[in-house]
Amino acid sequence: MNTNEPVIEVTDLRRVYGGGFEAVRGVSFEVARGELFALLGTNGAGKTSTVELIEGLARPSGGQVRVLGHDPYSERSAVRPRIGLMLQEGGFPSELTVSETVRMWAGCTSGARPESEALSLVGLTRRADVRVKQLSGGEKRRLDLALALLGRPEVLFLDEPTTGLDAEGRQETWELVRELRAQGTTVLLTTHYLEEAEGLADRLAILHAGKIAVSGTPAEVTASQPSRISFELPSGYFPGDLPPLDSLGVTGHEVTGRVIRLRTNELQRAATGLLTWAEQAGVELRGLDIRSGSLEEAFLRIARHVSEQDAQAERAGQAGQTEQSQFSEKEHVA
Amino acid sequence: MSADTVTRTAPAESTVTAVGRMTSLARAELTLLARSRATFFAAVFVPLILPLSLRSTVEDMDLKGSGLSVGSVILPSAIGFSLLFAVYSSLVSVYAARREELVLKRLRTGELRDAEILMGAAVPSVLIGLVQSLVLTAACAALMDVGTPEAPLLAVLGLLLGLMMWPALAAVTASFSRSVEGAQVAAMPLLLISMVGSGTVVPFEVMPDRLARFCELLPLSPVITLIRGGWAGNLSTSETLGALATALAWIVLAVFAVHKWFRWEPRR
Repeated sequence: MNTNEPVIEVTDLRRVYGGGFEAVRGVSFEVARGELFALLGTNGAGKTSTVELIEGLARPSGGQVRVLGHDPYSERSAVRPRIGLMLQEGGFPSELTVSETVRMWAGCTSGARPESEALSLVGLTRRADVRVKQLSGGEKRRLDLALALLGRPEVLFLDEPTTGLDAEGRQETWELVRELRAQGTTVLLTTHYLEEAEGLADRLAILHAGKIAVSGTPAEVTASQPSRISFELPSGYFPGDLPPLDSLGVTGHEVTGRVIRLRTNELQRAATGLLTWAEQAGVELRGLDIRSGSLEEAFLRIARHVSEQDAQAERAGQAGQTEQSQFSEKEHVA
Repeated sequence: MSADTVTRTAPAESTVTAVGRMTSLARAELTLLARSRATFFAAVFVPLILPLSLRSTVEDMDLKGSGLSVGSVILPSAIGFSLLFAVYSSLVSVYAARREELVLKRLRTGELRDAEILMGAAVPSVLIGLVQSLVLTAACAALMDVGTPEAPLLAVLGLLLGLMMWPALAAVTASFSRSVEGAQVAAMPLLLISMVGSGTVVPFEVMPDRLARFCELLPLSPVITLIRGGWAGNLSTSETLGALATALAWIVLAVFAVHKWFRWEPRR
């Protein structure tokens, strides 16, 4: 068996909503069999809009999706029996019991697990006779997961599966997802919990404003981020008293009051240089904080960077307009 | 795709049938209907009680020369009420409630096809409508001396067309609402027009001609006409064909409208 054969292939995917809003703007990625791929992004980044297209719930405005070699929208009957999915929000009649809900869903699912097995997978066995409206938010998420797993899917789509779960429930869900992955299930996960992606994903992509801003293994994405050093400038010293930042391998710095923040891709070199300088000068660096790049860093930087770009584009646009109006005025005079 | 994957994958295609899926959904809907007392009462008892209130009115009508008896006016009306309340009105609520609870959206992520979702959810209401119609027929035969139908096939056809038409109209109506309460309001116009204009309370035979010709085009009218005509046996071929065509046109129109405009998710 070729484990590298892509189970999900997304090529230049686009989604434009009725009002003209372009939520997905040319997204491409592949997920191999047995891989766990996480889509990260701020609220409104286009995660759910993207996943819905891959699940075959809507037709893309442009680009192509293949799931298990089929178009999930037009060849839905070929794809659906082999996938399981969990939406961001449940959608179960509140007056049915857990057990009735599972039975109803089982009657609509090819090769469904027995009800007891499905409920014990997610730890809801003792809640079988409880009406859905009486379940806690976390229990509803777990019922949703049980239904997603009911047909022993080859591909599992999880849209923010642990939102609303407590720490323990989250751990249990992660354990279950790891087990499924170990058994060869391909998983596409969206989440806004960075540690969830870092701990579970083989590869991930960070979406921003409908595009993939960065993708790779968690280690790759993290490594691409600069490390940071911050400290308080000792009293009586000025930023100019520090050793030349270039020689420390520092790529950028910020000064806020007396707090200095440095960015570097060579953390050990920069830290050694800085600490040696402090040692020789005989000063203490208060509030010293040295940290390597993290997924959180990457995430925040992308959000900030892209919004800066947007702001720049906006300014450029306004400048252009002013220029134009001046120009037309001149023309008028001429 | 490599051959390996094809042989490896477990259920390469659906192993549950469309009927199996709809049965499963219908069973859940029946459970829900039984648990929703207000809907259940409105669906089951209103259509059984309404015809009684009609009786004295019909007895006062001048039916001489129209070829109708009291029983043959009341029975089609009673079946009409059953279609309006047990099928149409209750299904409008069901579709709207399932949409607002995101149930429809969730169901669409599974193997059920769109039409199966709508039809499966309609099964309990359609069954209630069918059973009610049969009970009402038996009751009218026993209590009002309605006699035996002259053209039973037409009456059966009328009922079946009605049972196809009203769920589809319910789905259309549910599309024009934002909540379950809103859905009930959205159902009122068609409900009232049908009660007044489709020959349930006032037979076409006693209406002014021009008004009667317009009212014959309402969705419930051909159903009433076919059932009433089926009993009286007084429908000409052109009247029969006209009623059949009207009923089919409404069904086609409603199915088209559902296909085009049905909303599967709440408006946000």
